[in-house]
Order: sequence, then structure tokens, then C-alpha cells
Amino acid sequence: MISAAEALKDFQKITPKTIPLVEPFSKGHRACQGCGEVLALRMVAKAVGMDMIAVSATGCMEIISSSYQTAWETPWIHVAFENAAAVASGVEAGRKALIRKGKIKDTGAKIVAFAGDGATADIGLQALSGALERGHDFTYICLDNEAYMNTGIQRSSSTPYGAMTTTSPPGPLSKGQMTWKKNMPMIAAAHNVPYVATASPAWHVDLMNKVKKAVTIPGPAYIHIYSPCPTGWRCGPETSIEAARLAVQTKVFPLFEVIDGQFILSREIKKPKPVEEYLKGQRRFSHLKPEDVAYIQKRVDADYERLLKLVQVTNPEA
Amino acid sequence: MGRRVGLEVSLACAEVVGLCNADVVAAYPITPQTHIVEHLSEMVADGHLDAEFVPVESEHSAMSCCVGSSAAGARTFTSTSSQGLALMHEILFIAASLRLPIVMAVANRSLSGPISIWNDHSDIMAERDIGWIQTFAENGQEVVDLTMHAFKVAEDKRVCLPVAVNLDGFILTHVIEPIEMPDKAEVEAYLPGFEPSQSLDPANPISMGIVGMPEIYTEAKKANAVALEESYSVIKEHWEGLAKQFGRTYKPIETYRTEDADTVFVTMGSLGETTMTAVDQMREDGIKVGQVRIRLWRPFPVDDFMEAIAGAKTLIVIDRALSPGLPAGPVATELRGMMYAKGAKQYVANFVCGLGGRDVTRAQFVEMYHSAQKAAASGAEMSCQMVGVKE
Ligand SMILES: Cc1ncc(C[n+]2csc(CCOP(=O)(O)OP(=O)(O)O)c2C)c(N)n1
Ligand code: SF4
Repeated sequence: MISAAEALKDFQKITPKTIPLVEPFSKGHRACQGCGEVLALRMVAKAVGMDMIAVSATGCMEIISSSYQTAWETPWIHVAFENAAAVASGVEAGRKALIRKGKIKDTGAKIVAFAGDGATADIGLQALSGALERGHDFTYICLDNEAYMNTGIQRSSSTPYGAMTTTSPPGPLSKGQMTWKKNMPMIAAAHNVPYVATASPAWHVDLMNKVKKAVTIPGPAYIHIYSPCPTGWRCGPETSIEAARLAVQTKVFPLFEVIDGQFILSREIKKPKPVEEYLKGQRRFSHLKPEDVAYIQKRVDADYERLLKLVQVTNPEA
Repeated sequence: MGRRVGLEVSLACAEVVGLCNADVVAAYPITPQTHIVEHLSEMVADGHLDAEFVPVESEHSAMSCCVGSSAAGARTFTSTSSQGLALMHEILFIAASLRLPIVMAVANRSLSGPISIWNDHSDIMAERDIGWIQTFAENGQEVVDLTMHAFKVAEDKRVCLPVAVNLDGFILTHVIEPIEMPDKAEVEAYLPGFEPSQSLDPANPISMGIVGMPEIYTEAKKANAVALEESYSVIKEHWEGLAKQFGRTYKPIETYRTEDADTVFVTMGSLGETTMTAVDQMREDGIKVGQVRIRLWRPFPVDDFMEAIAGAKTLIVIDRALSPGLPAGPVATELRGMMYAKGAKQYVANFVCGLGGRDVTRAQFVEMYHSAQKAAASGAEMSCQMVGVKE
């Protein structure tokens, strides 16, 4: 199989002027106002185009897009909560066999799996790991809103430290979520897949280009998209994109790519904003004390430093 | 023309999946199913079968992968047992509800705990209500024929449902039997290529697996149940086709020496062959027994069954699984319910035997017969008895 770098040799970037007009994910969905997941999903779909086969995990995006009227203009399948990657494996294997046997034409259709952070980092991690390891040609998109939103805001292993959810309530004995956010993009990268990236709907052109790269490169690709959820984060629907932007500017959610094992920062944060600024916009963090904020700041800085080192180590010439 | 070969039944099963030209095989090992997918992996590696072999990381993903590949329009096979079937449980319902013609061989095995790799029917009895067509093979030849038939029925546009072919673990999977293996041309004549009625195709987009709001959920379920019921005539039709093509006949319910039998043993799976020898022996002793074998378990052939037991006074229903908390095993419970609805008057005695690989001997059939006669004479309702328990 050709390397990711080779596959991207003639890559034509999407620019603000060439953003695709197609809407594979269109009208008829029922997401909350300001939903970051659905914004990201629409961008992903635009970047992939109409020759897409979408596989959805159970969760907000599946429920809001398929009750009463489907919002999918391309083929779409939902099976269960934890198996989007396994279903996508099957779709890919099935098409591969049929194309080889001349039973269907190879139109270059892209198989894209969508799942929330719960479906990805918790219950679906095994299926995802298996599919990445087996090398199926598909793109897996994790829409990370940092909790189980579809069942009413329960914590996941992707919920950030200190956040209030209905199963990580703050109290005299609790600060809210007591564990640090699981580093899912690094787990994906550890599978040595050709392409891993993080993305944010606040940088929509960057997001779309990453998706376009992911589907261009043969083999499995993983994209982790930070997706604010006003309903679960307890913030105004008009602040979603602002929250997504702040997460990057405070180094809470750095944007990077891992191409053939090489880490590349999409945006170096030279003058970071304080984490506090990010936290104070969301009521899920409103119970945190200054010492908690200081602790979060310290760990965020340390994580970012580690990422910079990985960039240096894997890109010695850059 | 086919040829007669001596073959381990698991390998024969894999061979026939190859003759059926499966496009995708999803595989996860579990004893006693493993030889089936191992042999399929060899066939793919050797170029004897042009299929994608997907060595998934669990049975949950095996069935999920099958759903994906079948939805993509590919002829799809997998196989499992016991804990593996239990792990698939969630997705089995979805495969049926999406009307996907997946074929699965279930090498029947007991469920933990205690952990046991040996045969009984607890795995499949826990999956009675998944909406799949389910058949039971009695010997290696039936495994081969029922597997071809499974693809034929599953993919029939009037059916579009997944099919499970049950074969007893070890007792069938690991024995070498003489088998009439059909040749490729014969199988192709019986089973042409799969033409899905709908698939995940960007040129013709559809949404599969949408939310079932309360307004439509009941109707969707009813449609599924009706499809399963209506598959009955298609199943029979394709057995007739099989008889024409290969000269071997199959019926939903088989009978043996029932014409003048007072008492009939009701069995499923490979125990049927032991039962026949027990019936022969008891007949020699002048006892008027016969045997009724259930080959088609879902959809249950109610009328065929009622016809088969019409002449008998007493039924001895043999269960190979427990239904803890009920006075009868799963098969007897179902049959009693059905017979009550039909106003049948036969006495139903129920025994559980052969759990977790325990041998069932001919002597035990005689014991069961005498206990059943005694209970029937007393007229009192008989709770399920476990045979051969060491006290
Ligand atoms: C096996 C199983 N367990 C639990 C559920 C209930 N459930 C459905 S969606 C969901 C949470 C989804 O959370 P996430 O994946 O983060 O997606 P989001 O809804 O936040 O987009 C849960 C717990 C289920 N459908 N299946
Ligand atoms: S709960 Fe959150 S993720 Fe779900 S639809 Fe609403 S805003 Fe979007």
C-alpha cells in the first residue's frame, strides 16, 4: 500500500473559495440549537461529498438525523452503539469483494464512520481498535462532546477533569469528573494507522481539509473533532464556536495531525490564553475553585509540552 | 456430479460455504466452531475461495461486520458457539430487523458457568426470539445441505432474513462422516449469485437502521414477524428444489416409526440418531414408540408438528437446555403452549439430558419411557426431570 505522504502528493486543498456546495447531510435533522456535533458533521459530509457511505453509532447524531425524516442524502446505516467501526469494516470488506469479483463498480465511494466520544473511547474502543489494526480503508470520525449526551449528560472517559455531568456530580466528596480526559487521538495513533488528526469546527477549513486527506489516504484514518454541546455543557447555543476556539487557544485541545507516524502541529499556540477563560464560559465547570483551575492549567501545559516534543522527535528536519 | 467423501463435518461445512461462493467471512474462534472458520481461512489463503476473510476481534464485531457486508450487498457467512453467540445477542435482532440474509453456522455448546466447551442447546435456546430462521442438522450431510439451503432461503426476495444452521458441537463438528459433496456447477444451479433487493449504494442512497418512533415500532416488528412466518412456504419450496437437484429430501418435521406409536420421543439435532436406535431396540421389545424430529425450529411448523404427533398418546420431549424457574425446558414449554392452543390432548412428559456434553445412553431412553408411562397413567402434571443426575 502507498504511504500517506505519497497519497497526498497531489492533494488539492479546500480553500474558503472552494468549500464544496454539496450537502450530503442536509435538512431534516433535529439537533439542539448551536450543537457543535451537527456543525462538525455537516462540514465532514461536505468534505467527503456525495460518494460517501456513512455508518453511524447510536448517539445524538444518529437520533437527530433519522427520526421521522432522514437527513442523509447518501447511503447511511446505523446498527448499534459500540460497533460503528465493525460495521464499517464489513461494508468495506463487502464492497472490496464485490468490486474484485466484478459485481459492482468501483466508484471510489468513501466509507465514513461517525460516533460520539462514548461510542468511541468507552464501549466502542475494542471494535475501533480491531478495525484500525486490520487496516480497513475507512475513516472514523469521533464527535467529542465530552459526555454521553444522548442519554442525558452522563460522564464518559472523554469528559474533562472537573466537569459536572449527571454521573460526575460535584459534591463535598467530588470535584465533578475525577479523572483526566482519555487521550483518544494518541490511542488511535498508537495503532500506526496512516492518518490521525484532531479538528475543531471553529477552524472549519482546516477540519474539511483533514477530512479530505483522511478519505484520500488508503487505509484507516481517525479524526477526533472537538464538538461543543451547549445543552450538556450548560452554555448558550451562540457560544459553541467560541468555546471550540477557546479550547484551541488555551491549549486544552491542540490541533495536530499524525501522518505516517509524524506529528505535525496544525496551529502552534505561541501566546496561549489562560485555561480559566475557557472554563468560565461553561456552567459545567462553575463549581471549580481556583486551586482546581490551577491544577488543570498545569496539566494542560504539561500535555502540550509533551505534544511539542513528539513533533520534534518525529519530525527532526522540520 | 458430486462425490462421496469422508470429511470432518466442520470442514464439510466450510467447503460448502466455499461452493456457495461467499463474498465475506467474518471469523472469531471459539470451540467447537473453530475448525469451520479455520478451514475457510485456508481456502481463502490458497485461492480456493475468492472472499474477504475478516478476522475480527470479537463475536460482537463478527456479527456487526456481517451486518455491514450484507448491507453492502455481499454474500456473508460467519460461525460461532456458546459465549460467542451470547456476545452477538444484541446484533442478532438488528440483523433480522434490517432483513439481511446472513448465514451462520452455530456449533451448539453449553453456556458458562461453569465453563464447558461441550455440547448442549443452551446457547441457541437463549436466542429463540431473535427473528432468525433456525434449522437443526442431525448429521454431516444435513449440515452441508442445510447450509446451501440457508443461503437459498435467506436471499430469496420473499424472505430476506438471516438463517442459523445449528449443528451439535463435537458430536457433529469434530467427527468424520461420509458425505455426498456436491460439485460447484450443481451448487451454482441451485444457488445463483446474490442479487440484493437493496444495498448501501451511493448511486441509490437509502437509510438503514433509522429510529423507530412509537408510531412505527409496532408495525416494524409486525412486519418482521410476518416475514418470518411467511418464510415457511419458501423454506419448504427450497427443500423441494434441493431434493430435485441432489436427491435428498427434507421436511420441517421428520417422523420415524410413528404410524402405530403410543409414545413418541421429540428431539432436535444429532440426538435424533441415538433416539432412532433406542426406538428400534424398544420396538424389538414390543414397545410401541416412535420419534418426531424438529428440523425447522423457527418459524415453528405448528401444523406439521400436530400432524406428526396426531396418533400418539404420550410425548416425551427431550430438552438439551434448562429454563430455570419454569417447570419445563424451553422446547417442552413451547410445545405445551402450542398444543394447548390447538386443543391437543396428548400427555407431555419432559426430560432434560445431555447437558454440557454428558452422554445420553439408550438405557436412558428406556428409563424415560417408563417414567413417562407412570406419570401419564397417574394423570398428574409432570415437572421436568433431569436424566442421569448424580445425587
Ligand atoms: C449497549 C448499549 N448501552 C447503552 C446504550 C444507551 N446509549 C445510547 S447513546 C448513549 C450515549 C452516547 O454518547 P456518545 O457516544 O458520547 O454520543 P453523543 O450522544 O454524546 O453524541 C448511550 C449510553 C445503548 N444504546 N447501547
Ligand atoms: S445534546 Fe448536545 S450533542 Fe446532542 S444534539 Fe443537543 S447540542 Fe448536540
